[in-house]
Amino acid sequence: MKMKTPPSANAESVKRISFFQKLGSQYQLVLMSVPFVLLLILFSYVPLWGWIMAFQKFLPGKGIMGSEFVGFDNFILLFQDEQFFRVLRNTLVMSFMSMAAGFVGAIALALLLNEVRSAFFKRTIQTVTYIPHFVSMVVIANIVLTFLSPDGGFINQVLLKIGIIHEPIYFMGKGEWFWAIHTLVGLWKELGWSTIIYLAVMASLNPEMYEAADVDGAGRFQKMWHISIPGIMPTAIILLILSVGSLINTGYESQFLLGNPLVIDYSEVLDLYALNLSFGSGQYSVGVALGIFKSLISLILVFTVNGFAKKAGQARIM
Amino acid sequence: MRKSMGVSGYAFDAINYALLALLGIATLYPFLNLMAISFNHPMDTIRGQVYLWPNEFTWSNYLIVFENDGLLGAAGRSVARTLLGTFLSVTCTTMLAFTLSRKEYVLRKSINYVLIVSMYVSGGIIPGYMLIKNLGLLNSFWVYIIPGLIGVYNVIIIRSYFDSMPEGLMESAKIDGASDFQLFSKIALPTSLPVLATITLFVSVGHWNAWFDNYLYNTKPNLSLLQYELMKILIQSTSQVTSNATGYVDKETLRQTTPQSIRATMTVIVTLPILFVYPFMQRYFIKGIMVGSIKE
Repeated sequence: MKMKTPPSANAESVKRISFFQKLGSQYQLVLMSVPFVLLLILFSYVPLWGWIMAFQKFLPGKGIMGSEFVGFDNFILLFQDEQFFRVLRNTLVMSFMSMAAGFVGAIALALLLNEVRSAFFKRTIQTVTYIPHFVSMVVIANIVLTFLSPDGGFINQVLLKIGIIHEPIYFMGKGEWFWAIHTLVGLWKELGWSTIIYLAVMASLNPEMYEAADVDGAGRFQKMWHISIPGIMPTAIILLILSVGSLINTGYESQFLLGNPLVIDYSEVLDLYALNLSFGSGQYSVGVALGIFKSLISLILVFTVNGFAKKAGQARIM
Repeated sequence: MRKSMGVSGYAFDAINYALLALLGIATLYPFLNLMAISFNHPMDTIRGQVYLWPNEFTWSNYLIVFENDGLLGAAGRSVARTLLGTFLSVTCTTMLAFTLSRKEYVLRKSINYVLIVSMYVSGGIIPGYMLIKNLGLLNSFWVYIIPGLIGVYNVIIIRSYFDSMPEGLMESAKIDGASDFQLFSKIALPTSLPVLATITLFVSVGHWNAWFDNYLYNTKPNLSLLQYELMKILIQSTSQVTSNATGYVDKETLRQTTPQSIRATMTVIVTLPILFVYPFMQRYFIKGIMVGSIKE
């Protein structure tokens, strides 16, 4: 890492000496931080150099230095690709569905938990619903597959027994169901965990408000509606706004693990497509162009949304 | 001074408790069911009807899975990765966070800037792969440890904890002649145990659950991890080749078991360590998260 050292300027020199003297006296702090910062720069910033590939006809044999420049050809190729738009659609739809389900689900569960008076029961439910958050997506995908399996899977067995269906359904083979399955699986995995913050906020609400409402003869739903929900709304809205910022980063683990060739038109997301383009068909440059597109969109979203969040935050303080 | 509950109050409670209990069951049941399948005789499992308890108890699924040397190796590497990776990552992350909490540190602002921006920019999967390749980290154990050594988000959480510590603590130690190293090891570390326990839990779970770096960077079987081995079984069964092989077990043993039983058994083995550690860590992380989230 380079220090900011203006080469000339006499007036600066006094300050410069004191800066380095200070730095020297803080050498232990430097030892405890600079190596790690260099590591961070290596793994976060150095790969940006690879973005050049997107403007080249990159050939692994020739490397970045030797490959031919082609300008924006790879981006044009990408935007003319029908599959690209299908993948973009999948990414946004699944992201949005998970976001909406998670938002509503977490608030609903937190409200219900908040109404529980038995501390033991509340803690038990919390403990249990946190578990899937700590379990790997590989394990979750195995569970889902076992449960939805057409031969002897739990869901099919139950449906058959009740008589809703007469033939087992091959759930994982139906493309149009993939989005719903992905959303439900994500909800099941993270629902409990996402209530933590809401429960914390509700616990910090003034108990006198609830008592006053009691005196006024408010019922349970009225208290929820007029005290609990308005109490958590500022937090909820900020979390929602922030999650919009990562709309294009829906992750790829669950799509990779649950997807299969039958449903790929619905399950493939941007990251997996980039991976396929590069390692599957050797189109590294188009893959990197796709990555750049994604980064730009996500930067725009994050900054737009951070602006909104700041405004919302200030509104809350005032 | 709670008002006496009317009929509607009791009805509300009843429905609420029932809903929550149902959710708890829906969360726990799949795990218990898989455990029952893993202990059930494979041929009996095919017939279905295994719920919470094995119909025909057997250890054979576990014996078959553990007969495979490759799997034991993978388990060992997963444990090694988790222990070493967590120790190094938590140590380095905490050190960095400590220096950033020191207001007099002259590089504080620049480092902060590098950290924050790194949360938003990334080269993407392919340039990242190229970097790993150029660094010679392909097919090496260290690719599991080094790239994730510093978790920026964790740095921020730990720093905000250090920031909340009383200023005088450090000041008086400094007057007594303590060096920065000593301040870190004698004061900062011992006073931040709750937040460190939380971060340790998160980092270790992250290491234990990781499989994608294995999939992407390490193709040699002598570097594969438990999650990756489980993932291979999963992928094979989704692509419908399970009818004659699970990759692991040879044809002879396959006659004694089924892909479904193997999958359930592997899933239990991979999940068990987490379920085992989780109850001990739980009381820490709630506190730790609160500390991290309230300070902003």
